[in-house]
Formats: sequence, structure tokens, C-alpha cells
Amino acid sequence: MSEPVVNPGTEQIAPPPKPKRPKPKSMLMIGEQTAALFENARLAKERGEKVGWSASIFPQEIAETLGLNVLYPENHAAGIAARHQADPFLQECEGPLGYSNDLCAYAKLNLAYAAVLNGESEVELPDGGKMVKPDFLLLTNNICNQLTKWYENLARQMDIPVFFIDTCYNPSDYVTETRVRYVRAQIDQLIQDLCAFTGKTWDEERFREVMKISQRNSYLWERANGLLDHKPAPIGGFELFNYMSAMVCNRGKTSTTAIMEQLNAEMEENIRLGKSTFPVEEEFRVSWDGIACWPYLSHNLRTLKKYGINMVASSYGKAWAIEYDDLDGMARAYCFASTNGDNATTMIGRRLEALKRFDCEGTIYHVNRSCKVMDCQMMEVQRQLSEQAGVPFTSFDGDQADYRNYSEAQFETRIQGLVEVMKLNKEAKNNG
Amino acid sequence: MAELRENLARLQAACDNPRAQLDYYLKQGKKVVGCFAPYTPEELVHASGMIPMGLWGGQTEFQKVTSYLPAFACPIMQANLEFALNGVYEGLSAVIIPAICDTLRCMTQNWRFGVPSIPMVPIVYPQNRTSPASVDYLISEYETVLTILSTVTGQMMNEKALCRTIEIYNGHNAAMREFAQVANDHLDMITPRVRHTVFKSAFFFEKEEHTAIVKEITAALREQPVHDWTGKKIILTGIAFEPNEVLDILAENQLAVVGDDLAQESRQYRTDTPVTGGGGLKRLTLQWNARKGCSLIHEMDKPRGKMLARMCQETGAQGVLTGLMKFCDPEEYDLPFLEEDLRRVGIQCVTVSIDQQSGSVEQLRTRIQSFAELL
Repeated sequence: MSEPVVNPGTEQIAPPPKPKRPKPKSMLMIGEQTAALFENARLAKERGEKVGWSASIFPQEIAETLGLNVLYPENHAAGIAARHQADPFLQECEGPLGYSNDLCAYAKLNLAYAAVLNGESEVELPDGGKMVKPDFLLLTNNICNQLTKWYENLARQMDIPVFFIDTCYNPSDYVTETRVRYVRAQIDQLIQDLCAFTGKTWDEERFREVMKISQRNSYLWERANGLLDHKPAPIGGFELFNYMSAMVCNRGKTSTTAIMEQLNAEMEENIRLGKSTFPVEEEFRVSWDGIACWPYLSHNLRTLKKYGINMVASSYGKAWAIEYDDLDGMARAYCFASTNGDNATTMIGRRLEALKRFDCEGTIYHVNRSCKVMDCQMMEVQRQLSEQAGVPFTSFDGDQADYRNYSEAQFETRIQGLVEVMKLNKEAKNNG
Repeated sequence: MAELRENLARLQAACDNPRAQLDYYLKQGKKVVGCFAPYTPEELVHASGMIPMGLWGGQTEFQKVTSYLPAFACPIMQANLEFALNGVYEGLSAVIIPAICDTLRCMTQNWRFGVPSIPMVPIVYPQNRTSPASVDYLISEYETVLTILSTVTGQMMNEKALCRTIEIYNGHNAAMREFAQVANDHLDMITPRVRHTVFKSAFFFEKEEHTAIVKEITAALREQPVHDWTGKKIILTGIAFEPNEVLDILAENQLAVVGDDLAQESRQYRTDTPVTGGGGLKRLTLQWNARKGCSLIHEMDKPRGKMLARMCQETGAQGVLTGLMKFCDPEEYDLPFLEEDLRRVGIQCVTVSIDQQSGSVEQLRTRIQSFAELL
């Protein structure tokens, strides 16, 4: 039993804080895995081994096969933003470092962080510098072209090489075979170059093993996402964002298999018991389009909870469910992984499937100021998807990491508006 | 002199009213293909017997486009789509859109659904140009462009035509470079606005026609006595430096443009297509792989600042003025290193924000004035 808390200065007795729900085992495992990722990188650096930074949808299996320690700037920046520690980095980047505030906030955070590691800036690192200074960069542009520029700058800033796979935007509904050939050739070259740079040796057998683990993890991740199709969904959909680091940073590891198995088991247990970790009754089921608004995740959640809205489908997290069974397949899969790299037909197709499967009653679009590639075709996607699925939508202005680009009032009003339409639709459906 | 003025007036008229140029070619029974900025493979259009015409935005009020693009999208793309949605581009047989930045990726899709009356041909250039596989990949992209073009327009090219086109384009590149060089001896006549007109007008003429006009202008300039410019000399860099009112502010401050690294201007003309090394399509890919110092093309070591410093040395320019196109992230990433490299060798540089819509011009006046004083 908690003791009542006395607020200093007011002498008023505040109600005891609500006991926190204990974290599920899978979340504790995620915490351990993340800590190990950074610790292993630090130890590797201490041993004089080369450590890399990587774009989030780079074929992680390559580094895993070579036994390289790799950290993920996008994931790290999201963490800093979610913990409300972004401000000094944004100020540093837009001030002394001379970057425009128009740029991706993940990039801005990371470029400033890198400047500190490089001895050019003096912002205090809230995590003590656990994102150790890289010796090389692993780059793909399947998410966006900004990554290419961001990594060019990191490479120049720290005088380190970039190992790059140009995955090419897909204006067609499929990955053309010429793209597969181009990407495959780059993968082959990259493996050679990376081995030469790091002194590691490519082991085909180990690669097959890593590929198998990675496939199993992708399957389990996809499966966990799929379990949200139960009514009520066994967990609050936002909770899945917490597991993304396993897929982004540790896709080829058995520790991720253990986490994903545990997560699936926990979700299945909830289904069996008819329970959900979503804290209120699931009144509405919606899909979320775009990256999480990390600085305001709790405000997003609180607002949605108020109306009983559970986010049961997201286009974002599933980008890491990457399936293939050989190097050609890997080339094709990484070209097609992120819908940012795909044409509108593919985007709409994937979203339509999700809206139907998860029986969504609405869509929430995050107009993410950091992400032009998402925003610049979102309006057309919204129109077509809403018409084809017969599902209403709303959008709000936010940012994946820049806390300045969000208005709580706007988010609340937009959600309120969506709820009104969803309510009317529900009533009409119930009345036949 | 009269001929020089006449030629310049002709180029100015084309820039002022590109629609008239489009109608002129259409009336001649020619097919015209819109080419999005920058690096559209115009040669493929030209070799197919059609007129490539550049689409570089312009001044308009953003209304319909707000249903497709957020306010923080590239103003050139916003203007292009606004024009298209208002029917300004009707008559074009197709448009080619290079998906070379994040906004242009999306433009392929916005056009596809928003402007169904004008077929869209996408092209995705390789960015990992050190990979030998990029050559075959780009050839296949060019072939896809040609297939779609021939399907939607009924016009097809052959190897001979492509080789001839490459000669014409290399000839045009040379003519533009020569003009830029000769213009520096006549900075009294070739004001920033006039210089820009000569470059921009290239988008609205058949290339041989434009080459001929530019050559006449250059020849006429050579006949004039060399002018001893007493003002300051600068280099422009960025995507584009428009509208004309901004260029007039340069002139008012006695700033002459003696070179540029603008995507809309010299950046296009500094790399020729090799005359040997394979068939036409392969040679075009080699040209792509040889391009240097462009924010839109991946390259290690951020060489642009050093390149601009060299240009200053060669032309006697005292400073570099960056026209940062609003919301252009590739340029925004280049800027810090570009400025650092210039300052390191003692070259003054200032950045102004560029928006084709004229409302913002006055804000630039003070900044350009202080840049001039700095020099």
C-alpha cells in the first residue's frame, strides 16, 4: 500500500499514486536486450573493434553474420525525443551547426549528438554517450532520400566510410527485376568491402542461420501484429511500438526470437482469458498512419483512451516484417520493405488490407513535419483509402522527434471529430 | 547590337510566356513532353522527335495544390502541380518526373492521380554510382522511359537519332559554357537578370534552336569592347535563383554574376555525354555517373564548397550567394559544409531563402545589401 504523498509547499494531501501495472515479461526482456546492444557496442569499442551506425531498414543480417556491433540513430533519436531530451540537440543543430529547422528531426538530433562525440559541441549527453562514436556507416535509402544526405554529412563530419545500398524508389507496383539485379550487386560488393574494412570473414553457413533467425522473427512480429485482429485486441496497439527496437536493431538475433515468442504467448494468454492490457473498454478500433509522435506519445494515448480508441493497425511497425529466403530475395524484400519507397497503389493496397483485417472504424494520419516522403502523398492516399474502405479519417500535425511541431488542442479536437463520425457510423450499422 | 537585343528579347519572351512556346510547337504539329526539374533525360524525348519542355514552377497562387501537398513542400513542385491542376499544361503529350528527392518521389504519384489527362513517366536514377551495376540499371530505366513514351505518344527513337541528339546536347552544353565565359567580359550588358534569361530560356526551345540563338548572342558580345566591371563579382549556388526581382536587387547593389552552380542553370551543362564508350543509352548513363557537386546526387566528401572556391578563383568572384530553395532538404544538408569550406579559404558567403512567389522578395533586399557591403 502506498503512503499518501504530501506536495511540498501546499501541505495538501494528494491521493496515492495509481499503482503501476507491472511490466510484462516481454517488456523486461526488451529492456535487457536494448541495454545489451549499447553495452556490447561500448565493449567492442573498448576492445578496439569497429562499431557501426545503421539506417533502420538496412539488411541487418549482413552485420549480424559478420558479428559486427551496430547501433541505430533513428531508434536512438526516437528514444531521446520520447524522453523529452531533444531540445538541446535541436538547438545545437539549428544554431551552431548551421542546419535548417526544416530537416528531419531524427537527423537533427543525431547530427548534434555526433558533433558532441566528435568534440565539436558541448551538449550534455543525457545517456552518457551510450551511442558510441561509429567507425563506419551502413546506409539504405528505402525509407527516404534524406537518410542519404544525413549519412553523407555524418561521414564527412567524422571522416568515416559509408557502405551504401541504393534500394531505389518503386514507381511500379512491384520491384522490377533490374532493381533486384542492381541491389543484389551492391549487396555482394558491400559484403566484400565491409569484410575488407573490418577484417571480418563472411561465413555463408552463419548467414543462412542468421537469415533463418531473421525470418522466424519477422514471422513472429507479423503474427503478434496480426493478433490485434481479435476483439477486443489483447493489448493496446501503441504497446507494440515498444517492441520495435527488437525488430529494428536486433532482427537477426535469437534474443529477439525469445522476446517475440514471449510477446505472442502473452497476447494469446490475454485472448484466452478474454483480457486486454488496453486500459478501458475498446469502443473503437483505428489504424495509425505514420511514425509515432514520440514526444507526445502519452498525450496521444491519453486522448485516445478517453474515447476508448484502440490503435489496432499501423503501417509503420510492419515495415520490419521482412520476408525472403536468399540474397536475391533479400534484395527484393529490402526494396519493398518500407511503403515510403513504394508507389501510392502499393501503399493503399497494404493499408486497405489492414483496415479490413483489423476491422478498423477510422484512420489517424500523423502529418509528420519531419517526413516529407510520407506527407507529400498522404492526402491522395487518404482520399482513395477512405473511399475504397468506407472508413473516415482524421489527420493531425506532429513530429516524430521535434516537440515544437504539435498542438495538444488540435490533436484533441481532431480525435473528437473522428469519434463523432465513427459513432454515427456505428449507430447506422447497429440500426441496420 | 540590334540583333543582340532582338535575340535577348526573344529569349525573355519565352521565359515570360512559356505557354506561347508550347502552343507554337503544337501548331507546328510537334509533340511536347514536360520535363520536371532537374535531370530529366531530355535526350530521350528529343531523339524521339519531340520537344522536351522544362517545368520549373512559376508564380501562381497555391489553391488546388493544397489538396495534394502540405505547405512545407518544395515551392517549385507546388507551382507545377497547381499549374497542372488548372489545365495550364494541357497539350503536353506526357511529363517525365525524376524521383530524385523525397518530394519528387511523391510527385510521381500526385501527378498520376491528380492529372490523369497528361500521362506521367517516372524515372529513378541510381544514387550508388560507384557500383558498376548502376550502369545497367540506369539503362533499363531509360528503356522503360522510352517504352512508356512511345506507348503514350506513338513516337519512337532509333540509335542514330539518339547519337545525333547527344551531339546536339553536347553542342548546347558547350554553347552555354561559352556564353557564361564571354558574358563575364560584358557585365554591363549581361546583368544577373539577362544572364538568368539566357539560361532559363533553354527549357522552352528545341535545343538546336536555342544553341543557335545563344551562339549568336555570344558572337555579338565578342564584337563589343570588353567592359571593365567596377562592381563586385559573385557566384550563385542553389537550385534556382528567381524571380527576376531578386536578380534586380543584385544589380542594384552592383553585384555581377560571373558564374553559377544552380541546378536550373550551369549545373546541367558542366558534364558532357561521352562521345565514345558504347551506345547512346550507355553513354548517357556514363554522363550521369560523371556528374559532380550536386546536392541531389549522392557523393562522398561533400565536394561542393571546394568546387565553388575553385570557381571563385577562376572567375575572380569575391563571394558566393546561396539561394536556398524553400524546404529543399538536399540543399539544406549541403549548406553547413559548403559554407564551412568557403569560409576556410576566406571567401564570403551568405544564404538567402528563395521562393518563386514574389511576396518574399523584399525580405531579401536587406540581406543582399549587407552581403554586398561585406564584399
